[in-house]
Amino acid sequence: MLTDVAMEQKLAPTQDQHMIKIQGQEVCVHYGEKQALFSVNLDVRENQVTALIGPSGCGKSTFLRCLNRMNDTIDSARVSGTITLDGENIYDKAIDVVELRARVGMVFQKPNPFPKSIYENVAYGPRIHGLAKKKADLDEIVETSLKKAAIWNEVKDRLHEAGTGLSGGQQQRLCIARAIAVSPEVILMDEPCSALDPIATARVEELIDELRQNYTIVIVTHSMQQAARVSQRTAMFHLGYLVEEGDTDKMFTNPDDKRTQDYITGRFG
Amino acid sequence: MGNHTVTSFDEELGAIDRLIRDMGDLAETMVDASIRALLDSDAALSQRTISDDAIMDARQRELDDRAITLIAKRQPMAQDLRAVVGAIRMAGDLERIGDLAKNIAKRVNAVGEAPTPRSLSHGIEAMSGLVLTQIRGVVDKYVSRQAGDLKALRAADEQIDIQYTAVFRELLTYMMEDPRNITACTHLLFCAKNLERIGDHVTNIAENAYYVMTGEQLPPNRPKLDETSMTAPA
Repeated sequence: MLTDVAMEQKLAPTQDQHMIKIQGQEVCVHYGEKQALFSVNLDVRENQVTALIGPSGCGKSTFLRCLNRMNDTIDSARVSGTITLDGENIYDKAIDVVELRARVGMVFQKPNPFPKSIYENVAYGPRIHGLAKKKADLDEIVETSLKKAAIWNEVKDRLHEAGTGLSGGQQQRLCIARAIAVSPEVILMDEPCSALDPIATARVEELIDELRQNYTIVIVTHSMQQAARVSQRTAMFHLGYLVEEGDTDKMFTNPDDKRTQDYITGRFG
Repeated sequence: MGNHTVTSFDEELGAIDRLIRDMGDLAETMVDASIRALLDSDAALSQRTISDDAIMDARQRELDDRAITLIAKRQPMAQDLRAVVGAIRMAGDLERIGDLAKNIAKRVNAVGEAPTPRSLSHGIEAMSGLVLTQIRGVVDKYVSRQAGDLKALRAADEQIDIQYTAVFRELLTYMMEDPRNITACTHLLFCAKNLERIGDHVTNIAENAYYVMTGEQLPPNRPKLDETSMTAPA
C-alpha cells in the first residue's frame, strides 16, 4: 500500500520537475556570410532526452554543435547569443573548451573509434583528463563505461583487439562508452543510428533510455519514429529557425505548427 | 492539408476515409429500412436489412486490413495517425449500429405475428427519426470536417434518451392495459433500446471524429438522461 504522500508523489505531474541543464538564448550562427541559425531559444532539461528534428539544412546539427563548441573548429563559423550550462556561459573566455567537451560529450553519425584497442579507445579520455591515478582505477573506468554502454559482455574477452574490428553497432556503442568514460553530464548525439541496422539501432535506443537516468541527452535524428521513441522533448527546426518545441507525446500526435505537421507526416515541399 | 510527398500514402488514407463514408451511409440505410420494415411489417425489407449486415461486416474487415497495412507501411504521425486509429474505432461503432439494425429487422416477424395496433409504435417512429438525423449528421460532419458542429450533435443524443424513456413508459402502459400486447410490446421495447444504443454509438463516433480533426478530446461530462432504470410500474 502506498501512503497518501507516496501516492501524491506518484500521481504528481512529472512535467517541469526537471531542472534546466542547458539554456540557449538568442543563439545565432553564421558560416561566413551565410546565417545558419536565427535567434534560437531552447532549453535542455536535465535527465531528459531532447530530440532535434527537421529537414536537412534546418540547423539542428549546427545547434547541437554549439552546445559543446564544436563549431569553434570551423574557421568561418561565428556564434552569437548565450548558451549556459548549469547557468554558466560556455562561450565565456574563462571556459576551458577541453574541459567543456569532457562535460558535454559527443557521439557522431558514423562510428569513429580510434585505430587502437577497445581498451585504449575507452581509456584514452580518462587518462588525458587525469581521472585515474592507478592502472586499477583505469581498468575499472573502462569496465564500467563499457558496461554502461551495454557492450561489456561482447568485448570483455577481447579488450586488446582493435576497436575498428567490431561491427558497426558495436563500434557505435564503443564510441558511447568512450564518451561516458570521462564522466560527462551531457551527451550530444548526431544521428547516432543512421549507419546502423535495425537491431543495432534498437540496442542503442535501449541504451539511450538507460543513460537518461544519469545523463542529459540531446539527439539529432532524421528518423521521426526514433525521435518519438527515445525522447521526452522534441524541438523542430526549419530553415535555421526553431519552429516548435514541446513534449514529444504531443509533438507527434497533435503538433501546433503547420510546418511541424507537414514535416512529421511526410507532406513537406 | 497538403498532399504527402508519397502520393500512394494519400490514396491509402483516402480509401480508408471512403470506407468510413460507405459504412456510415450503409448504417443509415439499414436503420431506416429496419424501422420501416418494423412499422409496415415488411418481411422482404427486413430480409434485405439482415443480409446488408454481411456487407457491413465485410467493409469493416476491409477497413481493418487497410488500416493495419497502412500503419505497418507508413508509420503515420500526427493527424494521419489520428485519422487511421480514429477510423478503426469509428468502423467498430458503425458495425455495431449494423448489428442493432439487423436485430430490429429480425424482430419484424415476431411483432408481425401478434396483433400489433399501429398506435403502439408511434413513439418508436419518432425515436427513429431522431436517430436517423444523428447518423446522417455525424457522417456529414466527418466527411466535411466540421469539428465544431460535433459538440452540438453529441449533446443532441439527450433527445433520444428522453424519447426512449417516454417510449418505455408508453409501452409499459399498453402492457398493463391488455396482457395480449405483451409479446409485441416486449419486442418493441427491445427495438427502442436498440435505437437508444445506436444513439450512443453515434456519440462515440462524434467523439472520435472530433479527436481525429482536432487532436483534442471532447469533455467527458455528457449528460445521461435514460431514466428507465429508475422507472417502476406504478
